[in-house]
Amino acid sequence: MHIAEGLLPAPHALGWTLAAAPFVVHGARAVVREVREHPESTLLLGAAGAFTFVLSAVKLPSVTGSSSHPTGTGAGAVLFRPPVMALLGTVVLLFQALLLAHGGLTTLGANAFSMAVAGPWVGYGAYRLTRALGGGLMPGVFVALALADLATYVTTALQLALAFPDADGGFPAAAGKFLGIFAVTQVPLAIGEGLLGVLLFRVLVVNARPELERLGVLRPAATPEEAR
Amino acid sequence: MTRRRLVTALLVLAVVALFALPLALDGGAAEYAGTDSQAAEAVEDSGHTPWFESVFSPSSSEVESGLFAVQAALGGGVLGYVLGRLRGRRQTPRQAERAEDAGP
Repeated sequence: MHIAEGLLPAPHALGWTLAAAPFVVHGARAVVREVREHPESTLLLGAAGAFTFVLSAVKLPSVTGSSSHPTGTGAGAVLFRPPVMALLGTVVLLFQALLLAHGGLTTLGANAFSMAVAGPWVGYGAYRLTRALGGGLMPGVFVALALADLATYVTTALQLALAFPDADGGFPAAAGKFLGIFAVTQVPLAIGEGLLGVLLFRVLVVNARPELERLGVLRPAATPEEAR
Repeated sequence: MTRRRLVTALLVLAVVALFALPLALDGGAAEYAGTDSQAAEAVEDSGHTPWFESVFSPSSSEVESGLFAVQAALGGGVLGYVLGRLRGRRQTPRQAERAEDAGP
């Protein structure tokens, strides 16, 4: 989902940077507050950042014959709410822009908006909706990670369509074209990411129950049944 | 095998299958170009050229894949450390209990 360096026209690059900046600043303050008020959260914060770090480094083959990578931002959004991921996701993107020539500084704002803002918020929304409808923790985690992943790629496709509308069909035709590249490839990857998230939370439910209870992910009186 | 272990094993199997199947199905025919570069090509086909260069580019694809491996290793290392510490924390009180039980 990385829009390559210099690819977006300057006004778009600037616009997305301005759009993403408040989320990232707010996210940075959320992380600082979390660490200050709950130092015991540092371990899990590290896990959330590390999860995104691993997943966004792994390019996987997909059924469409092209390859792409997961984002891993849904896990942190479920644990610490989306603002925290706005910072952690942007740090990952900055690392890739500076050291891997993957993404870029001019497109950092657009990429941060899709991966660190849109993805976590959609994933978190799906998680809350699933829980509100009576779904358990694991179904919630699955939809959160899968949809955070997919929403990131849909956002990227729409960003590109907005910058490069089709000569004949305008925005809708361009959106169709870029969604064809990004979204279709991403569907199996999103499912895989959802399953990985369930694996991660199965480990956390057993080993980090006090933290999950404090963060409101698990109810304090939760039965061991939920751990399965 | 407990039910919990069975579910874990099935989940791992499903993830592996999901990414191994595309490779097996086409018999190595597809080139698996990255979607990022496909999108960049589609944009450049429409006449737009990038106006800014990466500050630093890995000098070859080998160096690049190495750096990607470093990123994955950093993330994997931290994740493993955290999960290991959490697991150790859960098991320590249990061992203390056991030691007490074994005492005189």
